Amino acid sequence: MLKIENLKVEVTDEPDKVILDDLNLNIPEGEVHVLFGPNGSGKSTLLQTIMGFPAYRVLEGSILFRGEDITNKSITERAKLGLGISMQRPPNIPGLKLQKLAEFLVNQRRETTAEIGYIAKKLEMREFLSRDLNVHFSGGEIKRSELLQLLLQAPKFILLDEPESGVDIQALKLIGEMTNVLLGTSPRQPTYPWDKSRGGLVITHTGHILDYIHVDRGHVMCHGHIGCSGTPSRLLDDIRNLGYPECAKCHRFTSKDLSLKIT
Amino acid sequence: MDPKNSFKQKAKEARDKKAIYGDDIDLTKYSNPQPHIHKEIDDLSDLKSHKNLKILRKSGFSENDSRVSGSYLQYDFDTICHKNNDSGVEVLPIDVALEEYSDWIQDYWWKNIAIDTDKFTANTELNMTRGYFIRAKAGAKITYPLQSCLFISRNFGAQNVHNIVIAEEKSDIHIITGCATSAKAGLHIGVSEFYVKEGAALTFTMVHNWAENFYVRPRTVTTVAAGGKFNSNYIALEPVKSLQLFPTTILKEDATARYNSILYGHPNTIMDVGGKVILEGNGARAEVLSRAVSAGGKIIARGILDGKASGIKAHLACDGLILAESGIIHAVPELIADRPDLEMSHEASIGKIGEDQLNYLMARGMTEEEATDAIVRGFLSIDITGLRPEIAAELEKMTTLPKGY
Repeated sequence: MLKIENLKVEVTDEPDKVILDDLNLNIPEGEVHVLFGPNGSGKSTLLQTIMGFPAYRVLEGSILFRGEDITNKSITERAKLGLGISMQRPPNIPGLKLQKLAEFLVNQRRETTAEIGYIAKKLEMREFLSRDLNVHFSGGEIKRSELLQLLLQAPKFILLDEPESGVDIQALKLIGEMTNVLLGTSPRQPTYPWDKSRGGLVITHTGHILDYIHVDRGHVMCHGHIGCSGTPSRLLDDIRNLGYPECAKCHRFTSKDLSLKIT
Repeated sequence: MDPKNSFKQKAKEARDKKAIYGDDIDLTKYSNPQPHIHKEIDDLSDLKSHKNLKILRKSGFSENDSRVSGSYLQYDFDTICHKNNDSGVEVLPIDVALEEYSDWIQDYWWKNIAIDTDKFTANTELNMTRGYFIRAKAGAKITYPLQSCLFISRNFGAQNVHNIVIAEEKSDIHIITGCATSAKAGLHIGVSEFYVKEGAALTFTMVHNWAENFYVRPRTVTTVAAGGKFNSNYIALEPVKSLQLFPTTILKEDATARYNSILYGHPNTIMDVGGKVILEGNGARAEVLSRAVSAGGKIIARGILDGKASGIKAHLACDGLILAESGIIHAVPELIADRPDLEMSHEASIGKIGEDQLNYLMARGMTEEEATDAIVRGFLSIDITGLRPEIAAELEKMTTLPKGY
């Protein structure tokens, strides 16, 4: 579904500052993968590069989405092909009501606006519909607003940047459950005709979101490339027990040969 | 001397007096309209087949009579429609009101504004081309807005109107007035004297839809008596050559004023827009907000708060957004106070659309153009408080940007 080959990426405004190097990643149709890694390892850069944000420039390699090379496509084209992203710190847009953006998203899919109220209610976001987008939203409110937008946008492949950061335990349950719905990985699919073929790539620093969503595979990122891949729970155990510094010392990490991955 | 002659005399002396702000204009290039050119209409529904219906609607003028408390429509010189739907209001052409109320109207005629303010006020006295008289009767709460439109239909035509609005004691009225044209070049001068009496509330929403070669010089002064409220909303989104207005409001005890201006400067447009609030009475309050977008034009956003009494609170805010390299926004906020027991503040900001804002909306599937449009529209939408829902809906339609900006 998403195939990244030999990707090398630099910061557009700081040429020669290479963030991702020789990065390979393959996510089969309908799978959700999780990306672990310490701060500064390039996880967010990877997500934003996949979405096509101009802060990063691809120097080498390619990104294929459902067989199509999207490496040089605009953000809008990628969104229209079915990619969606949840941002960690989305910008404020004063005067633009969340409701207006929600209407745009359902209109784009030729759905009715009834969906907006239904999902907003589930996310306890109804009173936020009349608010200016992201303005004075708390951390948890930002997360729910991003989820609301993605549920209405209904992308085929979803990029989630730390969906649980800055969220208290109570809100985490709601966010976890709705993320599940979004990714189509919930064992109890409620009212939506959500597509089982949906895929995703989730960044998590703490791993808490994994208590709520099913992920098929995990990858650990360090210094701009994927060092090892495997069963998410196993990887998470290793990271929790050893910490990232030790993890990075692991022999699997020094090699870029992904055939050495644990399963 | 007869006061009429003294008015004329003063006007003649000031006929070449340049205005403080804005470019000077050669008034001889424009011809004053003659009366009896345009036919009166019997009913607003006659406008349904009118060739300029779209422009009228866009300027806030509706052909639907059931949703307005009264209407005034002037084409060039001619009043083609004036009617009251509510017994609490009265709408008349100004010359008719001058005759009908000759015993008292002098108290409102050139009382807020000096005839010799500049050549534009002087010219209005010398070559007046009508205008409207609107009165909300004491205690009347007018449910629906009253609408007016001043329309210029001839190329290089001028309009020099003189308007009077009186919101009598404890009345409450909203007037939506559009100024619009089907011509390409012209001159509009409007002298407007507004009187908000004790405890009355006047909301005045003005929409300007001019054209590329129009010069526009409104002259508005409002006096708000004790406990009165004046809300002024000004919307100018269409092209214009040169627009300069600097409405002044004088607030007495516990009176309040709120100005909202929404400006869009197209290329080759100069907008010199602002306002002054003189807070004369104890406890008076004022808020002056403007949002200016330059797509290549020059916008000067002025604001002066002049605090002269105790317990005053006033705030001035100007935000600007520049979309094009050639755009210029010049914010000039001023505060004047000559005593310690008051509170006044101002803020101003100018910037461009954030790339992060664009990327964010594009990641939701918007094209760059749609994202820009959504951001600019958001920027221009000031929460205008105290509006009835149907008017708010109308305003939202008005702030929909013209295509191809």
